[in-house]
Amino acid sequence: MSKFGEEWTRGFRDMLTEAGGRAIEDAKMSGAEIDAMYVGTMAPGSLVGQEHIGALVADYMGLTPIPSTRCEAACASGGVALRQGYMAVASGIHDCVAVGGVEKMTDTPGDEIASALGGAGDQEWELFMGATFPAIYAFTARRHMLEYGTTEEQMAAVAVKNHANAAKNKYAHFQNEITIDTVMKSKYVASPLKLFDCAPITDGAAVVVLMPLDKAKKVCEQPIEITASTQASDYLALHSRESMTSLNATKVAAKKAYEQAKVSVKDIDIVEVHDCFTIAEIMAIEDLGFFPKGQGGPASAAGKTALNAEISVNTSGGLKGCGHPVGATGIKQAVEVVWQLRGTAGARQVKDAKVGMTHNVGGSGATAVVHIMKNDA
Amino acid sequence: MPSENLAITWRRIPERYRLTGSACETCKTNYFPTRKLCPKCRRKGKIMLKQFSGKGQVYSFTEVTAGPAGFELEVPYVLAIVELVEGPRLTAQVVGVGEKDVKIGDKVEMIFRKILEDSPEGLIHYGYKFRLLKKVAK
Repeated sequence: MSKFGEEWTRGFRDMLTEAGGRAIEDAKMSGAEIDAMYVGTMAPGSLVGQEHIGALVADYMGLTPIPSTRCEAACASGGVALRQGYMAVASGIHDCVAVGGVEKMTDTPGDEIASALGGAGDQEWELFMGATFPAIYAFTARRHMLEYGTTEEQMAAVAVKNHANAAKNKYAHFQNEITIDTVMKSKYVASPLKLFDCAPITDGAAVVVLMPLDKAKKVCEQPIEITASTQASDYLALHSRESMTSLNATKVAAKKAYEQAKVSVKDIDIVEVHDCFTIAEIMAIEDLGFFPKGQGGPASAAGKTALNAEISVNTSGGLKGCGHPVGATGIKQAVEVVWQLRGTAGARQVKDAKVGMTHNVGGSGATAVVHIMKNDA
Repeated sequence: MPSENLAITWRRIPERYRLTGSACETCKTNYFPTRKLCPKCRRKGKIMLKQFSGKGQVYSFTEVTAGPAGFELEVPYVLAIVELVEGPRLTAQVVGVGEKDVKIGDKVEMIFRKILEDSPEGLIHYGYKFRLLKKVAK
């Protein structure tokens, strides 16, 4: 991973090269073994004026002439790239694949970022009418409050917990703890969501290396096995969906993932969920099956999702605390789960973490990607 | 948001100006905006044009205080998901009110308004917004 944050001194290609170097060192490889690359990035065209990211990345990482492909699925670009890499290895077409995620956001003014990210929803029928992403998640929050009695304080508890975890993560954007009061007194961005309910605008990159398990065991001290890789879609615009308080794509991808990995939700020790907004974490822990529908808010407020509690959610700090460089998020989640399963997560290490899950969402839920991983040692 | 040329704007006039959408005669589902293919029936569907009445109710809402590019002069504005009486839901502004005036379930009707202007000399984009049918205390 590169350090997440407002990285004024580094550009798009610098961050990915840094993260890539670290991943290859970690895998105890030279880089010559890599025979394909996938990169998740959402909006480099709008944000930094650059397309053709696959080739750019191969070029700057010294990986030419291998095939290098950009994957885009809004905020799930990283997760989708990881799944493409997984399928490339699983199919036998490639033997060693580097998968990266990257977004350079702070070179762009705030209203232009809001417009670029708005393209993760329906540009013609949501963004054109003035719907920013906070506004779209505000619609879900308002419905969740009406249907299940979720409160702004319960949503605030998600941000507080994620900042507490991020404070223990040297790669995190925010390394400070906050209180319920910090969130509740922050200004509204799109009511009922306040500034501290929202993931920040972050620069960053993350890279993982994938190989068949038997080969990985020969080169790497602690390989982590991907036991499930699933993805699902839904209507692009939030207003087109039956329910606004549950993401069907998450439910479908999760169900398949539990089947593929032959585990149940009770077997999961740690999960990195997609908390672009605090309400998104509440919905995610319900839709993934950790808590019954409507209980995500009370569970968060009661501390059941903290480090080493009932289920350790977003040990990295999540999108809220660790930051959300959009395309990098899905890969960062995988990196965090790898560290946790290896027992190298330091001060935020979860005890006896054996099975981990990542959950990466695109837009307001039109794409969801779920991965389950385990320590094969 | 990418700037919109005349052709893009013109193509959307029936939907944006008059709330024309689609109906599938096979499964009797109404859609807004228009679709060329019924996502439920796919090739068995029979898509027809459907004129919506513009009446509906607030399904969810928010007050946006940080808007996207082009909405600098609009903020704060109330944005809602409106459920039309014919079934489909859409996203639109509710005019002339603050968020304290709005409740989920409030009855609304469509009105024709300016949405935004391409600056400095570009197109003016028009479309639907909604107003509350109940009286709001000033």
